[in-house]
Amino acid sequence: MFTGASQFALVGVLGAGGGVLAAVLTALLLGARNSLYALSLRPYLRTPTAPSTWRILGQAQLTIDESTAMAIRYPEGSRQARHAFLATGLAIFVLWNIGTLIGALGAAALDDPRTLGLDAAVPAGFIALLWPRLRDRSLIALALVSAAVALALVPVLQPGLPVLSAALVAVVAERLIARRST
Amino acid sequence: MIWPAVIIGSLGAYLLKLAGYVVPERVLENERLRRLTALLPVALLAALVAVQTFSVGTALQVDARLAGLAAAIVALILRAPFLVVVLVAAVTAAVLRATGLSV
Repeated sequence: MFTGASQFALVGVLGAGGGVLAAVLTALLLGARNSLYALSLRPYLRTPTAPSTWRILGQAQLTIDESTAMAIRYPEGSRQARHAFLATGLAIFVLWNIGTLIGALGAAALDDPRTLGLDAAVPAGFIALLWPRLRDRSLIALALVSAAVALALVPVLQPGLPVLSAALVAVVAERLIARRST
Repeated sequence: MIWPAVIIGSLGAYLLKLAGYVVPERVLENERLRRLTALLPVALLAALVAVQTFSVGTALQVDARLAGLAAAIVALILRAPFLVVVLVAAVTAAVLRATGLSV
């Protein structure tokens, strides 16, 4: 899995005792934005000749926040856009997976992750991913309501499901925003 | 049950990306879908922050993780990079526990 927030979420939900379905759904709902990144990248990564199937398959895996952000700074269909996408995507792909491997091997050497405060590192990682997305008041309100609803559901639902309730909060928020903008 | 989740999740995450390149543009151009996809990460990440800070199984508990989160927020306000934010939170919680100030 090469899309950081989803990877963290999958591990987070499983670690908190959530089931496979809850973990996978949370990860995929978080990763759904990559579909739209791919869609908006189409004109930027356009080549003079039709791209090969392999190219599209590889390009898909490298589609993440960072590679998208770098590619769309250059003109559509330009060589720079394709290079920026490829360089960013590949560099992060290699380093990220080395990091994941080190973490997976290193974790086995730890006795209690709580002594090192690693359980506090998890929410810190999520808030660091969330922070740059809180661009306006309605998004901040959405974040606060989602957090409150999830917490209220912790004592009543199985682990993993309270986080998923945020997807429903997002659906309601989308309707409210749509109504306001019309 | 870790590997099934990793394999299904990875496959699904990849297919979502691929869909953006191969599905006809009109299908994904839906305004409502576009707005919702932008809102989902904010809602889910916020819920993950809350649940991972306060929950122990199906119980809620205030412990050193909250101090770690507060420290992380301060680091974010100071525009610290991702790794620093995570480290600051871990060190804060570890120190509080080592000194017996918090569980």
